[in-house]
Amino acid sequence: MIRGVIVMNDQGNPRLIKFYEFQPPEKQQELVRSIYRILCSRAENVSNFVKADSLLGPNVRLVYKTFSTLYFVFIFDKSENELAMMDLMQVFVETLNKCFREVCELHVVFNFYKIHMILDEIILGGQVLETSSEEVANAVDAISRLEKNANSMIPSFSGWHR
Amino acid sequence: MTGPSLMDSLFQRSIDDLIKALRLTPPGTEAAFVAKAIEEIRREIRSTDPHTKASALQKLTYLHSLHGLDMSWAAFHSVELSSAAAHSHKRTAYLSAALSFNPATTDVILLLTHQLRKDLSSPNVHDVSLALSTLSSICNSDLARDLTPELFTLLSSSKVTVRKKAIATVLRVFEQYPDAVRVCFKRVVENLENSDMGILSAVVGLFCELTENEPRSYLPLAPEFYKILVDCKNNWVLIKVLKIFAKLAPLEPRLGKRVVEPICEIMKTMGAKSLVFECVRTILTSLSEYDSAVKLAVNKVREFLSEDDPNLKYLGLQALAIVAQKDILAVVENKDLVVKALSDSDVNIRFEALRLVMCMVSEDNVMEICRILISHALKSDPEFCNEILGFILLTCGRNYYEVVFDFDWYVLFLGEMARVPHCQKGDEIATQLIDIGMRVKDARSQLVNVTRELVIDPALLGNPFMHAVLSAAAWVSGEYIKLSRNPFEIIEALLQPRTSLLSPSVRAIYIHSAFKVLMFCVYSYLKLNGEESSLPSTLTDSELVSDVELDDHNMIVTNGQAPSASSITHHLTQESLLALVNLVEINLGPLAGSNEVEVLERSTNVLGLIKLIKPMLLGSLNDCEGDQTKGELKASETVKMIFDSCSEDLGPVSVNAQEKVPIPDGLVLKENLDDLEEICGDIKLPVLTSFSLVRPQFAETSNSAECQGKDESELSTGSTSLLAEHRKRHGLYYLSPGNTVTTSNDYPPAHDPKDMAIDEDEDLAKLTEKSLLTGKKPSQSKPRPVVVRFDDGEVTNAATNRTEIKAGLISGAVNEVLLGDEATTSSSSRRKPPKSRRAAEDSNVSITEYKSDASKIDQSEHSKAGLGGSKHNGHGKERRRRSSGKDKEHDRKDKHKSDSAAYGKHRSRHRADKAVEAQAPVIPDFLL
Repeated sequence: MIRGVIVMNDQGNPRLIKFYEFQPPEKQQELVRSIYRILCSRAENVSNFVKADSLLGPNVRLVYKTFSTLYFVFIFDKSENELAMMDLMQVFVETLNKCFREVCELHVVFNFYKIHMILDEIILGGQVLETSSEEVANAVDAISRLEKNANSMIPSFSGWHR
Repeated sequence: MTGPSLMDSLFQRSIDDLIKALRLTPPGTEAAFVAKAIEEIRREIRSTDPHTKASALQKLTYLHSLHGLDMSWAAFHSVELSSAAAHSHKRTAYLSAALSFNPATTDVILLLTHQLRKDLSSPNVHDVSLALSTLSSICNSDLARDLTPELFTLLSSSKVTVRKKAIATVLRVFEQYPDAVRVCFKRVVENLENSDMGILSAVVGLFCELTENEPRSYLPLAPEFYKILVDCKNNWVLIKVLKIFAKLAPLEPRLGKRVVEPICEIMKTMGAKSLVFECVRTILTSLSEYDSAVKLAVNKVREFLSEDDPNLKYLGLQALAIVAQKDILAVVENKDLVVKALSDSDVNIRFEALRLVMCMVSEDNVMEICRILISHALKSDPEFCNEILGFILLTCGRNYYEVVFDFDWYVLFLGEMARVPHCQKGDEIATQLIDIGMRVKDARSQLVNVTRELVIDPALLGNPFMHAVLSAAAWVSGEYIKLSRNPFEIIEALLQPRTSLLSPSVRAIYIHSAFKVLMFCVYSYLKLNGEESSLPSTLTDSELVSDVELDDHNMIVTNGQAPSASSITHHLTQESLLALVNLVEINLGPLAGSNEVEVLERSTNVLGLIKLIKPMLLGSLNDCEGDQTKGELKASETVKMIFDSCSEDLGPVSVNAQEKVPIPDGLVLKENLDDLEEICGDIKLPVLTSFSLVRPQFAETSNSAECQGKDESELSTGSTSLLAEHRKRHGLYYLSPGNTVTTSNDYPPAHDPKDMAIDEDEDLAKLTEKSLLTGKKPSQSKPRPVVVRFDDGEVTNAATNRTEIKAGLISGAVNEVLLGDEATTSSSSRRKPPKSRRAAEDSNVSITEYKSDASKIDQSEHSKAGLGGSKHNGHGKERRRRSSGKDKEHDRKDKHKSDSAAYGKHRSRHRADKAVEAQAPVIPDFLL
């Protein structure tokens, strides 16, 4: 099972935190800080795995990847394959790229909701749902269309104000 | 706080505005900014306008998720907004719920039940998806119970997206509400035959999680999994199926035989590294008895290790670590690559390689491996260097130096390790130096050589990490001084000016060691003189003579080994000894004013001794007269006494030794010692402890006790008188000479065969028979030295039996569904497989009663929590309650059930009346 997904920048600021089992906010922040400390001490071109026993308990592993200024981190247990997780991370990033065209950190910063939407299409409750970035992008497009249409069809109060 | 006004809605900041403003906030003022934003949100969120409310909730969720702000107060607003008509508002509401609700404590979750049910049955795919994803995040037992019917419907939805999301959600529902298994499991199983890869992947993933606990329950599904393994070409699905087989194969040998071939086939033909690695791991963990498969897997591992990709290298090493537990040869074959990985730039890889290298250590190669490792330690960064040293010390020291055959080498090696520039393992090295000194008699002479090098080197004193090693070295030098070639040299080293750099406690050991060396020199001198001028025989009682002879013998042995070492006797002229005494006096004189208690005490001891012996030395130098001879006699007697006390062999002490000391009769340990305080006044603990260190032997003759008393009195005359008073009051000593001599001194004198025999009765000490047995290497020219050890559990290697937490409830229900199903379909006369009917829910149990139980299960079912105790409670209660309400039909079926692993524990009383049926094969024979 995937335990969590974290995206943070190279300063250690979290951009996305999603745990699939409830974690209190303080614990989340603490985990982000400790993971950042580990990641920023690692050189380039080394393996992408980190032993996280001390942070998250035995048998929990952590894989990360750097994309420009962002660290993508997947936390998972022994029911997942390490290399498959790297692939899944690639799928996630590819999807972001498809949805935002040349994704950069700012996209992730300002699209908190959409990022969650994308992630929810890939992983649900810690289980991998979809591994094709194409499919995910299509689903996300469909939802966005739905939201737009719905908003235009049912004008809300604030829409009327503006 | 006022309610939201039109103005608020009009000029509300959107989430983008908030993020922008937050990014522009100067560092340090963020907290204030966030506080202000929260205040705004609190106002806005109460708006009746869904858009305003949604915006506020969006902002709040953002701050909660990424800035760790509390939003539990807004839980109800999430619930409220979830019923909004617009999908985007609904999404906002559900996301905030998924990110912030705590399934165990957020009580408004229940209010969400209705809305979730509505959305799960919605015709809109996206609403359904949203509800499913929310449900899997916040699922508790109540939600799971109430929404099981909807989920059941969705499991056969015609829409692929919905169906696979429903399958993924089922896992959480099963965890929270095991009875859902009875409803949904069949539909889940049906999906195993679906041709859509998305659905298949989801359902296989679900089984991969479920088999984590109680895999035995899922054995009946093996044919389905086997079909997928053979037919499916999707890597994701195959990886999960392999993981399932890794858990099932060890339970059923015939299954392993069946799957090993397809797995090898996949490993050979498939290109995806992730899949190949999974095959390798499956074979190495679960199919290790198939040699050809293991060979193939190890070959693949070798390929991984030779790759440039650090990830593959790392995983390859991890795979080797799995093999290492069963077949160390496979690791040895790849030694070259493993050793190469030791110098990899990636610390992960280096660490794994190090672990593997240490797995390979045996008696035959320990020297070679240690040599390689230390050369790596010398050129790696401090952290890894210490990692290596730590591993070496741990491995070599394991089980009383099991792998070490040549202690002379190991002792030298310890010295070498201590000198590694980044070494911070001083404490461990020091412990082993002393430990080997005590346990391995044959290693002592080399040990003394090694410690001499350490003590004599002034450069080492400047390195604080070395101090622990130096203190051990100083202790060894003093303790085994009779094996030293040149005691004078040692004493000079122990007193060198740079010892002022040492910490007081280490320095005290230095001074005490110097004391022992000095004693040794004086004693040797006296003995020499005694031989020449034949001292009056009144001095030597029989025991002393034997001791002297023994020492003599030892000295001769060492002298024999090194011809130049006869210098001990050579050096020992009166002049040289006097010079030595003067040297000690000059060096220690200033320390008598030290404000460190330990240093002060030790140096005062030495100075006191010098005061005693100096007249004697001077006297004999000046060609003594009558009364001076008398003084000399007395002094030499004292020297002998002290020397004997120092030369007694110290043995290792078992960690349990203290418990074995019987409390002497008449010693009241629990007496209130409050009035002692009056007597002692402000002099307290230090004095008492210093007294209790007196060797019991001293007290044997009142004569020696007096000497000791004299010695002590140099230190503090006042305290002894107080002690004397105390003794008089209680009429006993802390260690009364009578009983405690034997008891407190109970550790085995290290290498005395006579005493060994006695001690064996007491079962305290035993020689390492095992190590002697395993040491029968024909290549070894000399036998392994004896290592003293205890068999009374000195090492507490009690394997910590982690109580396995298992989802008994789920597997019970699974058993029921699977096997009940099979029983009706299969027409064979085969005996009915094990069945767990107990889990059947009874209808006459009231809902409220159930709730309290369910919340317990909810806690316990969380596999992450270490709530073993409460889990069992939950189980027990559940069982009892259910069994009480069992109806007749279930009773009948009970007759057929047999024990199924841990599950049976809870039902033991039910099957007590009938014979335990043997476990029937659960996989249909047509597969196997």
